[in-house]
Amino acid sequence: MSEPRLTESLIQSLGEQLTPVRRLPPPWLRTAGWLLAVAAIATWLLAHYGIAGMLRRWSGTPDLAMAGIGAVITAVCAAWAAFALGVPGRSARWAWLPLPGLLLWVSASGMGCLRQWVAPATHVASLPEANDCLVFIISFSIPLSALLILLLRRACPLRPVLTAVMIGLASAAASAGLLEICHSFDSTATDLMMHALAVAIVVAVNAAMGGRLLQPR
Amino acid sequence: MSDVTTSASDSPERRRAAWMAEAQAGDRRAYERVLAESVPLIRAAARRQGVPIDHVDDVVQETLLAVHRVRHTYDPARSYDAWLSAIASRRAVDALRSQGRRGRRELHDEHAFDTHADVDDATASTEREQDARRLREAIAALPPGQREAVEQLGLKERSLAEAAAITGRQSGALKVNLHRALKALRTRFHGDP
Repeated sequence: MSEPRLTESLIQSLGEQLTPVRRLPPPWLRTAGWLLAVAAIATWLLAHYGIAGMLRRWSGTPDLAMAGIGAVITAVCAAWAAFALGVPGRSARWAWLPLPGLLLWVSASGMGCLRQWVAPATHVASLPEANDCLVFIISFSIPLSALLILLLRRACPLRPVLTAVMIGLASAAASAGLLEICHSFDSTATDLMMHALAVAIVVAVNAAMGGRLLQPR
Repeated sequence: MSDVTTSASDSPERRRAAWMAEAQAGDRRAYERVLAESVPLIRAAARRQGVPIDHVDDVVQETLLAVHRVRHTYDPARSYDAWLSAIASRRAVDALRSQGRRGRRELHDEHAFDTHADVDDATASTEREQDARRLREAIAALPPGQREAVEQLGLKERSLAEAAAITGRQSGALKVNLHRALKALRTRFHGDP
């Protein structure tokens, strides 16, 4: 069978198999859906730990507040970028969207270590306590990444590894934001290193595994 | 089937976008038109990526199949051509990679002849015949769907799209059957699943 004839018969056969499809909602709407899950976890943590401790820490040490806000902005932008990258034809430049939030998050966290005073109602984290931060960020990142991967499998990410990096960044940043609700330690270089290590692990595991899971079928 | 509502005054790109939107709603005529008009765009994208001319038709067929699978991801408010070109470019890169892999696996004639020259005696010839017979028997013993996939894709070396058109099976089902068949044959001959 010649190739043009074959293409024609393929088009005809695809036409025969055509069924109406439900269009993929726009990336911002899908991002909002994922953020609802994050908000549900935040509500549960706030109900458990209360909001007063977090507000007292934030009013005494604005750098902690800035770091928390930076993490949340990073999570929103990275999730949005992941959903945009899941649509064929969207620019790879979407991957830069989380950068401003990331810079705020990293620089405010770093500033916290340079401060002379200790945040109210906290103490400086010991190594085992800093380990708890690592466990918290990784444990919350797993379901949040899984949800993003599940939502993105219905899309068509043509750059699966870049999309998976965005998924890792979004879920690690969201988990770090959630950690602010119950984080009773002040910033130290050790604690900051643990946060950075947790984020790096989550992003790397997503890039390695998520990239494969998101391969176009 | 609804009428294709685009007017002749629309630009070709807007017309394709409107047809794809109608195809998403299930309009077969609009779908076949947009796919037919997509073929030159896919060919251009494949050539831009450096796909050799004799492999362009494979990229066209693979892209059409991909478009069918992911047609729900097209947003009619955006460019159809950009959406299609992104899928076609990806398929072209996949095709180039798989050609590269095949090229690395295949030995050049001279090298193969120097290092693995045939021992042309009666024993080797008999062994080859026995191996071929065992393989034919093993393929014949496969379940019908798996046997069909091996025959079409392996023995007759048809493309996925061609095999799908001939057998009337979905290309995904063919891929799964081929994968299962190869696994079964490997287990039979080497004992490792």
